[in-house]
Amino acid sequence: MSEYPVSDDDLVEEIVTLTLPLDAWHREKGSRMVEFAGYWMPVQYEGIMAEHLWTRESAGLFDVSHMGQVYISSEHGVTAEVEAAVEAALPIDLGTLKLGAPRYSLLLDEDGGILDDLMVTRWATGFYLVVNGATKWDDIGTLRELLPDDVTLNHLDESALLALQGPKAFAALERHVEGDTPLSELKFMKGAAFKLGGVDAWISRSGYTGEDGFEIAIPGESAAMVADLLCGEPEVKPIGLGARDSLRLEAGLPLYGHDLSPETSVIDADLKFAVNKRRRTEGGFPGSDRVLKDFAEGTARKRIGLIVEGRMAAREGAKVFSGNQEVGVVTSGGFSPSLQQPIAMAYVDIALTAEGTALTIEMRGKKLDGKVVSMPFVPHRYHR
Amino acid sequence: MTRYFSEDHEWIEVEGDLGTVGITDYAQGQLGDITFVEVPAEGASVSKGDSVSVVDSVKAASDVYTPVSGTIAAVNEALADQPELVNTEAETGGWLFRVTLSDAAELGTLMDEAAYKSYVDSL
Repeated sequence: MSEYPVSDDDLVEEIVTLTLPLDAWHREKGSRMVEFAGYWMPVQYEGIMAEHLWTRESAGLFDVSHMGQVYISSEHGVTAEVEAAVEAALPIDLGTLKLGAPRYSLLLDEDGGILDDLMVTRWATGFYLVVNGATKWDDIGTLRELLPDDVTLNHLDESALLALQGPKAFAALERHVEGDTPLSELKFMKGAAFKLGGVDAWISRSGYTGEDGFEIAIPGESAAMVADLLCGEPEVKPIGLGARDSLRLEAGLPLYGHDLSPETSVIDADLKFAVNKRRRTEGGFPGSDRVLKDFAEGTARKRIGLIVEGRMAAREGAKVFSGNQEVGVVTSGGFSPSLQQPIAMAYVDIALTAEGTALTIEMRGKKLDGKVVSMPFVPHRYHR
Repeated sequence: MTRYFSEDHEWIEVEGDLGTVGITDYAQGQLGDITFVEVPAEGASVSKGDSVSVVDSVKAASDVYTPVSGTIAAVNEALADQPELVNTEAETGGWLFRVTLSDAAELGTLMDEAAYKSYVDSL
């Protein structure tokens, strides 16, 4: 037997990839699983191209249970104090946030850098937030610091989150929901409580594909039952993370960690709408000095969309040129299954952000011809 | 004609001093839908292990390494319009390039079909 001293440096922290409630379900459906945001996640089933196009023409079921679901409340319900605390943490105007309606917001650092993008929904008893999976632990820490002690923050880590997206999502979901409000009354960016397959579900008409569709929070232990129920409908197939990325890119929606980061802020990321009108003059949220200054003075660069000639995709990290001058960088790029050509998001000098501006993108020593276009690349088809 | 395989999932079929190179069916399955193939320049002189071609899928771009040294003798022109041939006919019509071998001894470092199969099974 031997014993030897172990210093802290010698203790290697073992990082275990976690599993989500639908892990076995995905594997049974033949998904290829990859590690993503600390979890095993389905990247594709039959293939990204087919799954992408299926979602655009019918309906796809996405498991996004890796995302963080957080509930902010207090002993005394949604008091003025709780509202003030949430407004001190986020650039949102809760005075205009109706019951059940999710709204896009941003978690900013003191310099106005983006720590995460998220959805905030007013529930009768508190606020329900959905944050990105890869950032959720940091977000929870940041929010706990920003919120006063008597405001409670619960991580709803036993709740699964599914997204049913596509033009036939409504038809498929309607067959299985019961609620005080008919599903047909939910317009884009509205939400309500339903029974889905007999279990409690919070359903909002929202998503990350540009299509009509729903995001569905259900108890983790019911996730497989609900997934079976929905995929039992002829319109619905399970869709992996790969197509989720290509769909959101076509929809012009930024992805945190790629198109958004602490190095980007509200105005250069072209997310003005995430700072609600009242807050643009009042400020009073983390980073508001910088954000209000940017609103007044503009920024040196902006996030734009690029259509790329040929078939070679411009990828994240590719440099963007105007003539011989380096003017920006690609933050997301790939081949658009719907348009059958490469598309990209990039941050470029503000002088070169006008629609139609010709730019080149350097990929593997070649200069690809690109053109600034307005986003979305594929029109949104929300149910307004 | 003999077919060899590399650990990087390229196949090469050799007839005389001419080798035809592609990626394996296993590799195309891993990459997913292929949207673009960058082929090497004809006449280029290449060394075993060089990245000489790139296969772009919806997901990502992947390098293809030449399993032997030599000179690029031909490229598969059909891939310009039909990159998906690499998915549908990875080990036949979806070949990438032909190379005139400069050192046939390099083939000895590659696997035969049975060895490649057990290599893939071990992954």
